[in-house]
Amino acid sequence: MLELIIISTLNGVQYGMLLFLMASGLTLIFSMMGVLNFAHASFYMLGAFLGFQVTRWVGFWPALVVAPAAVGVIGALVERYGLRNVHRHGHVPELLFTFGLAYVIEEVVQMIWGKAPVDFRVPALLDFPAFTVFATNYPAYKLFMLLISISIFIALFVVLTRTRIGLIIQAALTHPHMVAHLGHNVPLVFMSVFGAGSALAAVAGVIAGPALVTQSNMAGLLGPILFVVVVVGGLGSLSGAFAASLLIGLVQTFAVSVNASMADIFGFMHFAPKAGSILGDLWTVTLAQIAPILPYLLLVMVLILKPTGLWGTRER
Amino acid sequence: MSGAVTIRSALAVRPTARTLISRHAPWVAVAAAFAVLPLMFRSGTALTMMSLMGISIIFALSYNVLLGQTGMLSFGHAVYFGLGAYFAVHFMNAVATDGTPAPLPVVPLVGGLGGLVFAIAFGWVSTRRSGTAFAMISLGLAELVGSSALILRSFFGGEEGVTTDRTRLQQLFGLSFGQQIEVYYLIAAWCLLCMFLMYRFTRTPLGRMCNAVRDNAERAQFVGYNPQAVRFLAFCVSGFFAGVAGGLAAIHFEIANSAYFSATQSGNVLLATFIGGSGYFFGPIIGAVLVSYLQVMLSDVTEIWQLYFGLLFIVMVMFAPQGIAGLLMMHRPLWGKRKLAKVVAAYAIALPPALIMLAGAALSIEMTYRLSVKAAEGPGMTFFAVSFATDRALPWLTAALLMVGGFVLFRLTWPVIAAAWASAELRKEWAR
Repeated sequence: MLELIIISTLNGVQYGMLLFLMASGLTLIFSMMGVLNFAHASFYMLGAFLGFQVTRWVGFWPALVVAPAAVGVIGALVERYGLRNVHRHGHVPELLFTFGLAYVIEEVVQMIWGKAPVDFRVPALLDFPAFTVFATNYPAYKLFMLLISISIFIALFVVLTRTRIGLIIQAALTHPHMVAHLGHNVPLVFMSVFGAGSALAAVAGVIAGPALVTQSNMAGLLGPILFVVVVVGGLGSLSGAFAASLLIGLVQTFAVSVNASMADIFGFMHFAPKAGSILGDLWTVTLAQIAPILPYLLLVMVLILKPTGLWGTRER
Repeated sequence: MSGAVTIRSALAVRPTARTLISRHAPWVAVAAAFAVLPLMFRSGTALTMMSLMGISIIFALSYNVLLGQTGMLSFGHAVYFGLGAYFAVHFMNAVATDGTPAPLPVVPLVGGLGGLVFAIAFGWVSTRRSGTAFAMISLGLAELVGSSALILRSFFGGEEGVTTDRTRLQQLFGLSFGQQIEVYYLIAAWCLLCMFLMYRFTRTPLGRMCNAVRDNAERAQFVGYNPQAVRFLAFCVSGFFAGVAGGLAAIHFEIANSAYFSATQSGNVLLATFIGGSGYFFGPIIGAVLVSYLQVMLSDVTEIWQLYFGLLFIVMVMFAPQGIAGLLMMHRPLWGKRKLAKVVAAYAIALPPALIMLAGAALSIEMTYRLSVKAAEGPGMTFFAVSFATDRALPWLTAALLMVGGFVLFRLTWPVIAAAWASAELRKEWAR
């Protein structure tokens, strides 16, 4: 039991930090431009695939730098030549633009790399068990993922709160016109933040690619969970996104490892609904089976109790 | 959706025969078109496609109650479509088993009620927020229902879904609905009815309040309306009609499975509505017909048709967010001033370079596809009846030349179009 708790906590924190790597960029972009970038998970996928391709050509370590840089440039171009033009039409077309972008990126990835998973392997340097808890080997690569996410989190925190650039970004979040009047190039700040956010998502993609499956549906699988994170945390709240990332990471990993159903828990009561009925289905389904829908249940519950999200303040 | 119509209809206390005719003529025309179309296109494929178009017209119009009318962007509208289909299938199976005299034509109503019940439940949660948050919640709910469908096997039938047989129901006037033509007319009738009802809904006080909430929720609140309640009611109406569409789909395919809930389904209705034009009532109709047609036709021509589809959508969002209906309505004043021919002539000049540019883009996309995923089948390919090898430089140079040259020529025609518009001398005639 203790073994399960330790391993699940480690996995949960690692998954949660990975989520935050994406949610942070998404939240920054949202609070800046008021548009939730639907294609954010697609940038993550693009990062994984470019990482795979660059790994094939020159190796994993250069890929860790090259792929996010490339995706960052793509993101900046998308903001400069796409979003900025759509902006004058209003928020709904902006959201729809990123939706169309997600659609097209998925198709392009399928066009180039196909629909089957690609063979993106953990680099040999990190392919060993880091330590052993009771009987379970904890892979070094997962530790590496955790390390990267945490160091980026700290770097992001330092940049945003301790540097001049961070000050300008924070000011541009709430008072873009005033910042512009002070002589700063606000559109450039927007473009850079969009590019940097996309690059962060791509970093997540490159490090998650070998651990998870690198496939053309990975954006579709992760995207909705990412949006749950930012809505549950409160749209536009960075600390909320952090808490919600960890919460959902932990909830999902713990749920997957618990293989109990209502029938197991309440079995002593000698009560069982008829098999083949809806109640019967609910009675026998295990917690591990409903793990994928837990984030969405959490979303619904949070919305009923606190419609603005856990840390959210504003209605946008 | 203009205010002038309400004022005019309010002034005309007793409608004259003339206004009655002009008010109902479009509906008579649509009904006649629905009745005559299967006589013109007799093939089985055409019938199936027209049936699908009818279903997607209802679905897209129901979506537009949210998007166009109330300004709510939903990424999970397929939930109500799918639940409608499941309720219809279970109703059909239950009725066929115990022999209750319920004919097939009422089945879509059951689907609609199924959609309505869940729209009430989910709408209560999701319409508490508007804007981006609402969009994300709709996405989350869609995922929730989609995943639950695989867990609650007794109702949703797991991966393979639930099948039914539409001919086993009580027959009305000897109609067994075994043939596609009978199903087509059933769909057409329901489509006409739903179109009419949803059009009338835009004319009700509630329908108008939806517009007010879309345009400025705060002001609507100041006038004494609760925007949340208005959003909720619009959501319910939309869910009902989506359920009707789902019920018709269940009748058409005789199956309901988890694909009905899929993100693709939700995405397609959004694409269709937006491409058609969400600002006008007839926009989604155009979009639904066009998208259904493109889905069948493009998938015959190229395997990566969805990419073109997505690109078309992005181009529409960037350059024509009012959709096809908006583009058409933009030219209506020209028609009245008899200047349309001039503008169309200018378009005709711009068309060939635009087509050259598109051909170049399509060529490079197809060649990339051939070299990447289809690499195993060799570099040879055929594009517009021309065969060549994609691993040579010449086709790539041709593609680049077509694209760049086409764009340069296309760019040169822009002043021509601008001049044609300027010569039409459109002015807003307020003083009339």
